[in-house]
Amino acid sequence: MWKWLHPYAKGEATYRLLGAWLPWLSALAALFVAVGLGWGLFYAPPDYQQGDSYRIIFIHVPAAMFSMGAYTGMAIAALIALVWQIRTAEWAIAAIAPVGAVLTFVALFTGAVWGKPMWGTWWEWDARLTSELILLFLYIGVLALYYAFNDARTGAKAAAILALVGVVNVPIIHFSVYWWNSLHQGATITKFEKPSMPVEMLTPLLISIAGFLFLTAALVTQRLRNEILKQELHRPWAQQQLGVEAEHGV
Amino acid sequence: MNKASTWQFLRTIMQRDLAVALRRRSDIINPLLFVVIVVTLFPLAVGPGPDILGRIATGVIWVAALLSALLGSERLFRDDFLDGSLEQLVLLPAPLPVLALGKISVHWLLNGLPLVILAPLCALLLKLPIDAWGILMLTLLIGTPMLSAMTAVGAALTVSLGRGGALLSLLLLPLFIPLLIFAAAAVESTLVGTSAYGQVLLLAGLMLLTLTLAPLAVAAAIRVSVN
Repeated sequence: MWKWLHPYAKGEATYRLLGAWLPWLSALAALFVAVGLGWGLFYAPPDYQQGDSYRIIFIHVPAAMFSMGAYTGMAIAALIALVWQIRTAEWAIAAIAPVGAVLTFVALFTGAVWGKPMWGTWWEWDARLTSELILLFLYIGVLALYYAFNDARTGAKAAAILALVGVVNVPIIHFSVYWWNSLHQGATITKFEKPSMPVEMLTPLLISIAGFLFLTAALVTQRLRNEILKQELHRPWAQQQLGVEAEHGV
Repeated sequence: MNKASTWQFLRTIMQRDLAVALRRRSDIINPLLFVVIVVTLFPLAVGPGPDILGRIATGVIWVAALLSALLGSERLFRDDFLDGSLEQLVLLPAPLPVLALGKISVHWLLNGLPLVILAPLCALLLKLPIDAWGILMLTLLIGTPMLSAMTAVGAALTVSLGRGGALLSLLLLPLFIPLLIFAAAAVESTLVGTSAYGQVLLLAGLMLLTLTLAPLAVAAAIRVSVN
């Protein structure tokens, strides 16, 4: 397995591999997001209690799921970067963090928009909302540290350590916030208690979740490709690559 | 490498850090003054009524403690980094996490422990009911080693960046949240007359976890920064 994996520690090999994946990921993302959101927003039946406003779930839930998934992915990349000193993994941190931060923001924003008609307030100090907000801060911290150093390599390693420190803390923060919430306000609003969804709603949601997964993967792939190209610009293959791409007008 | 010499290194480093810090006392006193001044500002801002002040006292004292930990963080590695002794620390034939734990302990002795001793004064100023003073000091006693350890991680990560102050607070404050929640909850449950046993045990567990893992992160961060 290591013999097979080893070439991908090099920027060029990873760049080509990601290039081969990108069209498939993009196509799958477009297909699943279009079907999932189209079905969810236009054809799924309205909720008997929440009416049409529940439909934001088709964006909110996938975004929230992959905001956390992306953080896990980033932490795995950070571990690989620190343990095996693989530079591609360092760049992957920079590729994943902004995507994850945006997903977190989308989850927070759609949550606020959903919260207004449902609970009558844009923001509630609810456990899930609060830990999602803290997740956004953690992403911003990793990004800020990554770009704070003049030497990109140092920044990447520092950000990798921070991402790992963060991933140890995420469950602690999550449970402490849950606990804090239950202590302070008891059972006021717990909205995500899933009243087992009917199939007509669940199917588009699942499709939408798959769509967001492919979308996240496609965005990260594209960003990682850009990052590799940017960092390897001094290498002949990268210059050649850029020359070729310029000729083809890509 | 035998065990005894690792301990010798550790002791020497702690003695050295103590000596250096005690020659610059203002660095120790200023974060404490900061806490007292922040605590003084709150009655002026929200009014001196005991009902409001007693209600927010724990939160104010703890937030002030978190912020002062950030203020005192530069002292941990900054001077050592600038004069090159941090590199010598890395080169020592002793495990770097152990040495990091030594530096964290000294930092706690000079920044954390005085805060615990200062807590009754802050509690008095904020009219916290006297029954809760003991638990407030206990949470600070358990929580400040955690603060020192986490701050050391942040300080080691940002030491090579001239001015890391704002960045440091961005990195560290989210990680302080569990500490803040459990400490405030412990005092709160004492105030309402229930046992704070569970919260205190949770805090103690978190402290042990942090003191176990943070030195490893500090060591990794120092290696990155010195490189």
